[in-house]
Formats: sequence, C-alpha cells, structure tokens
Amino acid sequence: MGSLIKKFTRSQLAIPLFALFLLVIFNLIRDPSFFSIDIATNNDGNAVLSGNLISILNGASAIAILSIGMTLITSSCKGQDISVAAMAAIAGSVFVSVLRSNEITIPVLLLAFLFGCVVAVLFSLFNGILVAVFKIQPMIATLILFSAGRSIAYWINGGATPTISSPLITAIGGFIPGIPIPTPIIIMVVFLILISLLLRFTNLGLYTQVVGINEGTAHLNGISPVWIKLIAFIISGVCVATAGCITVCRIGLINHETLLLDAEMDVILSVAIGGNALSGGKFNLYGSVIGAYIIQALTVTLYAMKVPSAAVKAYKAIVIIVIVVFSSPVAKDFVVRMYKKLFKKQAEKEVQAKAA
Amino acid sequence: MKKGKDLFTEIRGKKPREPISNTNLLMTITICTFIGMYMIAMFVWGGGFLNPQQFLDLFNNNAFLVIIACGLTMIMISGGIDISGGGITALVTMACVVYLEDHGGTVAGSILMALGIGLFFGLLHGILVAYLEIQPFIVTLAGMFFARGMVTIVSIAPRTASHEAFLSLKQMRITIPGLGYYGKTGVFIPAQIELGVVIALIVVIAVAVILKWTRFGRNLYAVGGNSHSALTLGINVKRTKFFAYLMAGILSGIAGYVYLLHTGAGDAANATQAEMQAIASNIIGGTLLTGGVGNAIGTLFGMLSLKTITNIVIASGLTKPYYQSITTGLMLCFFILLQSVILAVREKGAVGLLPEWLKPGKKDKKKNRI
Repeated sequence: MGSLIKKFTRSQLAIPLFALFLLVIFNLIRDPSFFSIDIATNNDGNAVLSGNLISILNGASAIAILSIGMTLITSSCKGQDISVAAMAAIAGSVFVSVLRSNEITIPVLLLAFLFGCVVAVLFSLFNGILVAVFKIQPMIATLILFSAGRSIAYWINGGATPTISSPLITAIGGFIPGIPIPTPIIIMVVFLILISLLLRFTNLGLYTQVVGINEGTAHLNGISPVWIKLIAFIISGVCVATAGCITVCRIGLINHETLLLDAEMDVILSVAIGGNALSGGKFNLYGSVIGAYIIQALTVTLYAMKVPSAAVKAYKAIVIIVIVVFSSPVAKDFVVRMYKKLFKKQAEKEVQAKAA
Repeated sequence: MKKGKDLFTEIRGKKPREPISNTNLLMTITICTFIGMYMIAMFVWGGGFLNPQQFLDLFNNNAFLVIIACGLTMIMISGGIDISGGGITALVTMACVVYLEDHGGTVAGSILMALGIGLFFGLLHGILVAYLEIQPFIVTLAGMFFARGMVTIVSIAPRTASHEAFLSLKQMRITIPGLGYYGKTGVFIPAQIELGVVIALIVVIAVAVILKWTRFGRNLYAVGGNSHSALTLGINVKRTKFFAYLMAGILSGIAGYVYLLHTGAGDAANATQAEMQAIASNIIGGTLLTGGVGNAIGTLFGMLSLKTITNIVIASGLTKPYYQSITTGLMLCFFILLQSVILAVREKGAVGLLPEWLKPGKKDKKKNRI
C-alpha cells in the first residue's frame, strides 16, 4: 500500500488529479447538489442525463480531443501548434459545405467528415513540413495558419455563416435517441481508446518520446525524426477535423470567427496542466485529457458562482498559475527538501556518521 | 571560391574580413525588403503611397505595437516568449480611463499607473519564468488571460476619456518641417506625427542601444544563444531573464498608454491579437524564437513591412479583411522560409551547396558528429 502511494505521488498524473480532486471538493462544500445528475426529457422526447458533471464532460470533449494531437506534437517537436482552432474552423467549413450541397444521410455525413479530415490533415502536414523538414520552430511555423486560417474558412463559406439542420446532426452534437449520454462524450472516449490502442500496440509512442528527448539519438537508432514528426501532425489533423465537426454539429452552424475561439490556448494549457513538459520529451496522454477536464470544470464552477463570462479568464489565470507553480521543478525540489528535513533526520544522521 | 576569398583577405591586409553576423544579415534583408516594397508601391499605385502623411500614419497607428514588439525582441533574444502584450495594453487603457474619469485622477498619476501595471506584470512573469523555471508560454498566457479578464472586471462597457489635460496631451501633434501634401483645395497641409510615435522611436533606440552596448544586452544574446555556456561563463542567467521580462512588462505598460493617447478610449477589445502581430513583426525583423539573434531596429522595419503589405493589398482593390490576413500569412511564410534557407546555407559555410540542405538526413548526421 505504501509503495502504491509513493508510486502515485511520483507519477506525472498526481498533481492534475489532485487539482481536479480539490475542484470537486470545493464544489461539494459550496453546493452539495453541484454534481447531482438528473434525468430530463429533451425537446425530442428522449430521456437524457443533465447536470453540471455532464456539461463539464460534454463541454470539454472538443478540447480534450485537440489536446491528444497537441500532446503528440509537443512531445516530438518540442513546441506547440497554435493553429489548431483556425484549422478546426477550416475543417468545419469543408464539412458544412459538403453537407449543404447534398441531402444529409449517414454516407454523406461520413463523406463530409472524410473531406474535413483530408483538408485538415493537408493543412496540418503543411505545418508539419515546415517544422520537420525546414526545422522551423513550431510556434512560428503555425503562426502562418493562425493568422490566415480563419480567413480561409471565411473564403470557403463565402463570407456567410451557413446553418445545417437535420436529426442526424443533432444526434452527433447532442443525443442519439435512446442513449442518455451526450454523443460528444462517447466520441471523445472512442477516440481516446483508439489513440491509446495505437500507442499501445505500435512503437509510435516510444518513438515520439525518443525523437522529443534526443533527435540525434533517434536518428542513430534508425528512427526518422522527420517521419515521426509528420505522423504527429497527421494525427493532430484528424483530431482537429473531429473536434471541428463535433463543434459544428453541436451549434448547427459554422461561424468562422467564433468556432472554438481561443481554443488553442486552452489546449496548450491542458497539455501543460496535465504535467507534460512543453519542451518536449516524455508525455502522458491521459494527463492532457485530465487537464482539459480541469479547465472545463473550472469554467463551469466559475459560471455557477455567477462570475460574468468575460471575467472568467482572470480567475482561470490565477488557478492556472497556482497549478503550474506547484508542478514546477523548483517547487517540487523545495517540497522534497522540506519533506526530507521534517521526516528523514535519520538519513541525515547516517550521512553524518559516514562523513565522520 | 575559397581561393578567391583568400586573395581578398590578403589584399585587405592581415586582419581577415569578419563575416556579417546572422543578426545584421537578417536585419539588412528586412530593411531592403521594406524599402523595395514601398518603392514598388509608390510607382505602381502612386496616390496614397506618395503622400508622406500616409507613411507617417504607419507610425501613428502602430506606435504601441512597436513598443510591445521591442519588449518582445529582448525576450525572444533571451530564448523566451511573451504573449501578454496585447492584454496588458488593454488593461492599461481601461484602468487609466476609469482612473481619469471616475476618480479624478491626474495625467501624471495615470502615467504612473500605466507603468505600475506594466511593472506588476513584468515582475510576475520574471519571477515565475526565471526563478521558478516555468515555461514562459504558459506564464505569459496566464498573464494575458488575467489582464483580459481584469479589463472587464474594471469596466464591462467601453469608456472614453474626456479629461481636459489628458485630451490636450492626446491632441498634441508634432509637425515635421518640409514634409506635407496639398489637400483638395490646394492648401499645403504639413505632415504630423503623434506624441506616441516619439515615445516609440525613443524606445526603439533605447532598446537597440541596450542590446548593442550594455552588459545586460550582451548577456541576453549569450543566454539566448546557449544558456548553458552562458552559465559556465559566469553570466547570471536567471537574473538576465528576469530583467528581460521585467523590461518587457514595463514596455507593455508604456504601450498601453501610447494606445490610449492614440484612441482615447478604454475597451476590452483594444489591441486584440497585438501579441501575435508583435511576434510576426519580430520574425520578419529577423529575431529568431530560438534566441540569440535579433535586433530592435529590425523589429521596427518588420512592423513597417507587415503594415505596408496590408496597405498594398487594400490599395490593389482587395478590401475584404480576409485578403489581408491571408497575405499576412503568406508574407510570414515567405520570410520564415527565407530565414530557414539562409541560416541553413550559412551553417554549411558555402552558398554553392544549396541543394544539399534539402536532405535532412545528411544534415542530421553532421550534427550528430558534433
């Protein structure tokens, strides 16, 4: 048991899980019914789950999906992609324009998603080639699409904000009839399982970390850093298309200006809160996903406390700084030193005895 | 090739000719591009581009951006990043307007307030990045969120300043002798610049001097180039980084006041995406995010190039806003690729080997051996 606790506190997930735990406790003390889940009936007459917990899980699904791709890019390229939200707007625009030119059926929906995926992967590969082949800093390389991406989406939409409405779209963005759990949560879980299986049964995860830790060593061991980085960008492209399509389905229209606005910052934050080093190397996918839920839980908590939506950012920043300070290496060293001072006088005595 | 070089150095004397540094090379390219672009615009579109006031308006409208970008230049040379400039600018404008209007403040007090806000953020970022070793992106992102959130906590509705002493300061214009244009009625209208432009130019020169001729400036280059060897050389890496963030914070505060002098209004939407434009100005101006290379003069010309291309796009009839951001993206792409190619070629040491750098495998091998 003791070793298990030790193992847990040393793990990367300790601080994000602890932060999530604190948030939950805080909410329970503030309002004991905060996490109660009701079964309500929605407009279509289906029994669905509703409550703050469901809205946290539902609201964070797009950010969580994006953070999966971002984790891989961060790990292998030692930098972040700041164009994910702009690319999601492009993918969403393609998705909508395919859907609007056809009658919405399941094959058309899949085809539209496929088109969105292809476009997003191509744009992501553009970033990837700049980063992997031309060896440009990821943040700088993605600044190009960050500034031009939403304009490309505007161009695809022809300057309008087209709407789509169909029972199929509400099934993806809201609830599938008969299933009380919101579909974005299911998509998120399926996506996470698929990516974890990919990392579990191939060497991709290991290779990505090797490239991130030492590119030269990876190359000497026969791993091509260029390809690993490109694969990270391809996976990120699929994540971007999925997140974009889910968001479009949820609101039923594509608005290139506001779709996933500032999501890239939230995504990078969730990667960092999840305990992943933004300077690349080792990563933990689940940490990033938990980070996304922490951010969403924080937002929902602040809304529940009647904080005006524009001011939420300020409180969010304070919490983020606190989390990041506690997980910083200097703070960790300090805690370890204090721990040793308080509880491990024995060890010091032994050292002194040896010195004597 | 090599023989020619030797001959050249022999003629020059014993002292071999020093190759131009990366910083100066990238800066020269930016300045040449800007001048070339403006010349072409003058010949092709004429009209507004021949009007000196339009040239000076580039400065009038973007003085705050130059100041933010100069602070960012110092941070980027030290190998960090700061994306809080726009947020701090918005917070300063709002705080100063509310202070002047509701609390009967004075102009001097509001200036002190702007500096104080900048100092607060600078201190916070500096301590967190330099001494607690947290990633600068996250720290300044939190700083940006905090500043943007605070703006709406100070006041949700946009506010306009009507303080008399402040308005007289705001309306102060400096006429440039000898420059001007003839209005529609044939009256000569002299070209004018705002007070903020003077502040911005002073900041550019001050930052350039600090980077070039002070110990702190040279330390910045050393820390950004290789922080480990800087440490072994006895440079206080942490303190150097701390002061870089501190100065960038103060400069963002000044930028906020300059923005207020230009628009006279406090609004939560002020200076939106200014941080990304500042980063773009720096990149075009030849400052590398990897650190160790860059110059404040280059940053100024980077901003000018960025805004001139927008003017050219508008002048050529593509007035829809999305053309402007697409061209900005293309221009960034062009400069980033150009810099990448130039640096790769220079690393190889010979221009004749241009196709070689396209083979990343070979390059990696060379790096590994080192």
